[in-house]
Amino acid sequence: MKTGAKILVESLQREGVEILFGYPGGVVLPIYDELYESPLKHILVRHEQAAAHAADGYARASGRVGVCLATSGPGACNLVTGIATAYMDSAPIVALTGQVPTSLLGNDAFQESDITGITMPITKHNYLVKSTADLSRVIQEAFYIAGTGRPGPVLVDIPKDVSTGLAKDIPLPEKVTLRGYNPTYKGHKRQIDKAVELIGHAERPLIYAGGGVISSNASAELIQLATSCGIPVTTTLMGIGCIPCDHPLNLGMLGMHGTEYANFAVTESDLLLAIGVRFDDRVTGKIDTFAPHAKIVHIDIDPAEIGKNKRVDIPIVGDVKAVLQDMLASLKKSTMYEPWLKKIRHWRQHHPLRIKDDGRLHPQQIVRALSDLVKGEAVIVSEVGQNQMWTAQYFCFHHPRSWITSGGLGTMGYGFPAAMGAHFARPDVPVFDIAGDGSIQMNIQEMSTVSANKIPVKVAILNNMYLGMVRQWQELFFDRRYSYTELPSVDFVKIANAYGIEGMRVESPDEVLPALKASLDCDGPFVMDFRIEREENVFPMVPTGAAINEMIGGHPRS
Amino acid sequence: MKPHTLSVLVENRPGVLSRVTGLFSRRGFNIESLAVGTCEEPDMSRITIVVIGDDAKIEQVMKQLHKLIDVIKVSDLTENERVERELALIKVNAEPGTSRAEIMQIASIFRAQIIDVGSKSVILQVIGDTQKIDALEKLLRQYGVKELVRTGRIGILRGTKMVKSEK
Repeated sequence: MKTGAKILVESLQREGVEILFGYPGGVVLPIYDELYESPLKHILVRHEQAAAHAADGYARASGRVGVCLATSGPGACNLVTGIATAYMDSAPIVALTGQVPTSLLGNDAFQESDITGITMPITKHNYLVKSTADLSRVIQEAFYIAGTGRPGPVLVDIPKDVSTGLAKDIPLPEKVTLRGYNPTYKGHKRQIDKAVELIGHAERPLIYAGGGVISSNASAELIQLATSCGIPVTTTLMGIGCIPCDHPLNLGMLGMHGTEYANFAVTESDLLLAIGVRFDDRVTGKIDTFAPHAKIVHIDIDPAEIGKNKRVDIPIVGDVKAVLQDMLASLKKSTMYEPWLKKIRHWRQHHPLRIKDDGRLHPQQIVRALSDLVKGEAVIVSEVGQNQMWTAQYFCFHHPRSWITSGGLGTMGYGFPAAMGAHFARPDVPVFDIAGDGSIQMNIQEMSTVSANKIPVKVAILNNMYLGMVRQWQELFFDRRYSYTELPSVDFVKIANAYGIEGMRVESPDEVLPALKASLDCDGPFVMDFRIEREENVFPMVPTGAAINEMIGGHPRS
Repeated sequence: MKPHTLSVLVENRPGVLSRVTGLFSRRGFNIESLAVGTCEEPDMSRITIVVIGDDAKIEQVMKQLHKLIDVIKVSDLTENERVERELALIKVNAEPGTSRAEIMQIASIFRAQIIDVGSKSVILQVIGDTQKIDALEKLLRQYGVKELVRTGRIGILRGTKMVKSEK
C-alpha cells in the first residue's frame, strides 16, 4: 500500500516528467512532503499564475507536457489565467491542484473552491479524484489527453484525504483508451486527392500556416510542400517559426499587424491552403472579404475548427504532419506559379516593413539588433501588446518552437514566467523575454524566482511609459484621449538589482548592441530597460472591421 | 432555423450534465428542451437535447459536444424517421359538480389519464409530442391550470437504426 502523494509522484515520473512549477499550501502538504525526497525538480514560483505560464512555456518550447502544482482555493484560482492561456493556444499542460478533504467538499471549507467547475470551460478535460485508487489511472489519462489530438490543458484536483489515503498499485495499460476520445490523425484519402488536384489547377495559391504546424512538428513537411511547388507561405502569430523568416517563399505574418504583401496575397489568392489554423478574427479582419477569390482547403486535427468561422471547400480532418506527408506523396513538382510569385516580389519590394534610423531609440531597431546578434539560435518569448507585435514583425525566426507568445488569450504577464519554463526545455540556448513596461509588471515578482534559481532569462523591456497598444488605439480611434494608459517611470534596473539581478538602462541606439551583448555574457538573468520612443506605433495595421488589404500606416498602394 | 433533436450518449459520471449544459451557455446555443436518464448500457446515460438553429449552428453544436471527453456519441435524430414524446402532469381546477365532467371528456379525447382526484382539483397525465401537450394545456386554461410540469422531450429512431457507441 502507498499513499496517494507517493502514487502521484511515481505517476509523474512514469509520464517522464522532469520538472514542475508550483507553490505549496495547506492541502498539498502531503504532496510536497513526497516531493522533498523525490528526484523530480520543483521550481518554487512567487505566484501560482507564473507556475501555469512556466509549465506552458516549457511545453511549447519542448513539445512535451508541462506540469504545475498549486494548493486549493486561492492557489488553484491563481492558475486560472494560465490555464486559459494554454487552452486558447492549445498548449499541453497538466495542472495539479490540492482540494479540501472529500468529507468537506461543498461545505465552503477553508480555502475551498470548485476548481473543476471553474476550469470546465478552459480545460480540455478535468478531474476531481475521489479515491486514492483512481489516482494513477487519472494521471495517466490526464497526460494522454493533454498531449494528444489537439493538445490542451488538463486539470486534476486532488482532495487532501486522497493524497494521504492508501491504495495498492494497480496495473495500468500501456496505451490509454477512452471511448469518448478518439482523435483523427490520418486525413481522408479522397479529400487529400482533391486538395492535390486543386493545387494543380491553381494560379495563385497561398499557404496560410498556423500553430497546428508547430504542435504537429510538421515544419519540414510544410517547407517541402512550399518549395516543391513554389507556393508562398504566410504564417499566423502562432505559426511563426514553422518556415525560416528569410526563406524566399515566406511572406511573414498576415492579419491585423501582418505584412502588407502577405495580406495582399491572401486577398488575391485563388487557392488558400489553411494548415493548422482557426481563422481567428485578428487574422481575417472582416471575414466576408477574407480570401474572397480563393477556394479554401482547411487541414486541422480539430473537426470543430473546420467551418466554424469561414466556409471551406475541402475540409481535411487530421494531424497536419500525417496529412502533409500524404499530400507530398502524390504531389508533382512544378514551377507554374512564377507570374504569381513575381507579383508578390513586386509587393514585397514596394511595401517592406520599415525601420526608422533617425538617431532616436526605436523598438524595431532593438528587436532587429537582437535578431542579428543571436541569428535565430535563441528562444524568444514575448509579453502581449506592442512588444509582441514588433517582435513578431522584426525578429527573424529560424526554428519552430523558438517563438513563444500568448496569441489567443493575449495574456499580459505571460512572457516572463513562460520564459522561465522555456529555459528548462532549452537550456542550450539563450531565452529572451521581450516585454513592455506594462506587461513585465504583471508578473514582476518572478524576478525573485529567476534570481534564486539562477534561471538565465534575459528580459528586454521596451519601456515607453505607456500601455502602448491601448494608447495606440486611443491615438487612432479615440482622438488621442489617453485614458488611464500612461504609466509612471519605473527604474527597472534598480528593481532588478534589489532582487539580485544585473541590469542596464539603454537610452540611445548606440547602447543597444552593447547591452544585448552584456546580457548574453552574463551567466544569470539580466534585465534591460530600453527607453524607447514613447508614441511609436505598430504598423501596418488593419482597423477592426476592415478587410485585411485595407491597412493603415503602410505604403501607398502602387 | 428549425428545432433539432440531438441524442447524446455520455459517460454516466458526476459532472457530465454540467459539462454539456455549460458548453451550450458559453457558446451561445439555446436549449429548448433537455432530458437525461440512464439507458441500456449501465455505465452510460442518454441526454436528449432540442436545439434551434440553422445547419451551420447545429453542426457546430454537435462538433463541440463531440469534443467533450465524456461524450461518446452525438446524433441528430431530426435527419431520420423517429418517435418523440414528452410527458406532462397538469393540475386543473375542478370544483365538485361544475366542470369535472367536461375536463374528463377533454382528457379522454387527448388520451390523457386522470391520475389524482382531490376535493378541488384533478391531475391529468398526458403523453405526446409538444403540439399535443400545448393544445391540451390551452383547452384546460379556461378551467384554471393550477400547476403544470413537463418533462423534456425524448426521442428514439424507428426501425433497426440506433444511437449506440461503436465498440
